[in-house]
Amino acid sequence: MTFSTKANALWEYANPKKFLATTERVLPFFWASAAACLAVGLIWGFFFTPDDYRQGATVKIIYLHVPAALLAINAWFMMLLTSLIWLIRRHHVSALAARAAAPVGVVMTLIALATGAIWGQPMWGTWWAWDPRLTSFLILFLFYLGYIALWEAIENPDTAADLTSVLCLVGSVFAILSRYAVNFWNQGLHQGASVMRIEAVTGGDTQEKVSNVFFYPLLVCIVGFVLLFVALVLYRTGTEIRARRIRALLARERVGA
Amino acid sequence: MIALLLRDLKLAFRAGGGFGLGLAFFLIVTVMVPFSVGPQSALLSTIAPGVLWLGALLACLLSLDRLLALDWEDGSLDLLATAPLPLEAVVTIKALAHWITTGLPLVLAAPVLGVLLNLPVAGFSWLVVSLLVGTPALSVIGTFGAALTVGLKRGGLLLSLLVLPLYVPTLIFGAEAARRGAVGMDTGTPMLMLAGITAATVALLPFASAAVLRVNLR
Repeated sequence: MTFSTKANALWEYANPKKFLATTERVLPFFWASAAACLAVGLIWGFFFTPDDYRQGATVKIIYLHVPAALLAINAWFMMLLTSLIWLIRRHHVSALAARAAAPVGVVMTLIALATGAIWGQPMWGTWWAWDPRLTSFLILFLFYLGYIALWEAIENPDTAADLTSVLCLVGSVFAILSRYAVNFWNQGLHQGASVMRIEAVTGGDTQEKVSNVFFYPLLVCIVGFVLLFVALVLYRTGTEIRARRIRALLARERVGA
Repeated sequence: MIALLLRDLKLAFRAGGGFGLGLAFFLIVTVMVPFSVGPQSALLSTIAPGVLWLGALLACLLSLDRLLALDWEDGSLDLLATAPLPLEAVVTIKALAHWITTGLPLVLAAPVLGVLLNLPVAGFSWLVVSLLVGTPALSVIGTFGAALTVGLKRGGLLLSLLVLPLYVPTLIFGAEAARRGAVGMDTGTPMLMLAGITAATVALLPFASAAVLRVNLR
């Protein structure tokens, strides 16, 4: 029983009016809490944690790098989910949310790539290496670009929503495939050693590798980034809804005149 | 279905351009490589499998925007969509026609270009086999991209942007199989993965292509 009422409650937000009314009320809280979390997490992380004994102060870029990387991937998953909802239930808000999330996702990917390069330079002595993890992020970036470009290229909004949704589904499959292909490809190029070193430094086994001193501020930063992402997506979705309304009004006016 | 295939093949042969153009492009890209990296034969033979795969992929990409656009412009795509043949079959046939007119000639030309790039003797058979197995996937994925962008004015560049990331796994496994063959390593895993990608894309992607084509024809 509770499940069905809950589910219904969620689908109510498929109504743009209800969506706008609710997001307008909750958005200030999201902005405020995101700002608070980021301020606390970043200041704590940058100024009140010790330098790593091996990496020195460069370790602190982790507070930007890891949350951005996390969101870069999860933004795509969110787009996948909303695309599916659009294809199955035809809720316009869902398609617009996918559209709204894409630029945020691409910026997160860029932040992850850029901070990774800045971190990699002192650590590995190179800005870029064709490591599987780095390479798959670059491929993810390309997928985002294609997705956004397709949205921009198509005039009819429903056609655009349909086509980009299918692209998102197919792209997800190929993105995962690329991840495995890239893993295989790099192992094939040079064996082990460098990968082991990279594995120890980046993502993945963060929880085991990063000591608690770094982990708690990192957690706060991740929460802050997630809140920021939610706020941005809700805000941008609202903008998309309003933009579409304006277009509809203009079209009606033209027909009337 | 066979009538449609024959029609597409005839059009490709007689209209000119599309058929020979891919091959010529493949030749030119391959010839340009020594100019850009230098003529040392050791270097060329190392990069030959990868360069030939990339050249074949780009040549394949080049002919994609004509794949559905011509039929779209003259309205025959609408007729095909309303014909009793399911649209999934239509796009499969289109992909097959594209492969026969573009992929297959590339496969056949690759060994000749391999000579130009000083490909090791052991690599020739693996290059041909990997291209033979991999190019159908390129055609099918390309058909999906062409179906996505068919209604667009400036679809060509967007098509490349959409299709190239989708080509990544095929390229990785295909080039890896050719490379391993050239240096005498075991090619089992990449060949199997390449065959798997081809089989899966041929089986599944026509449904996605037909779905987006329906949206575009709406």
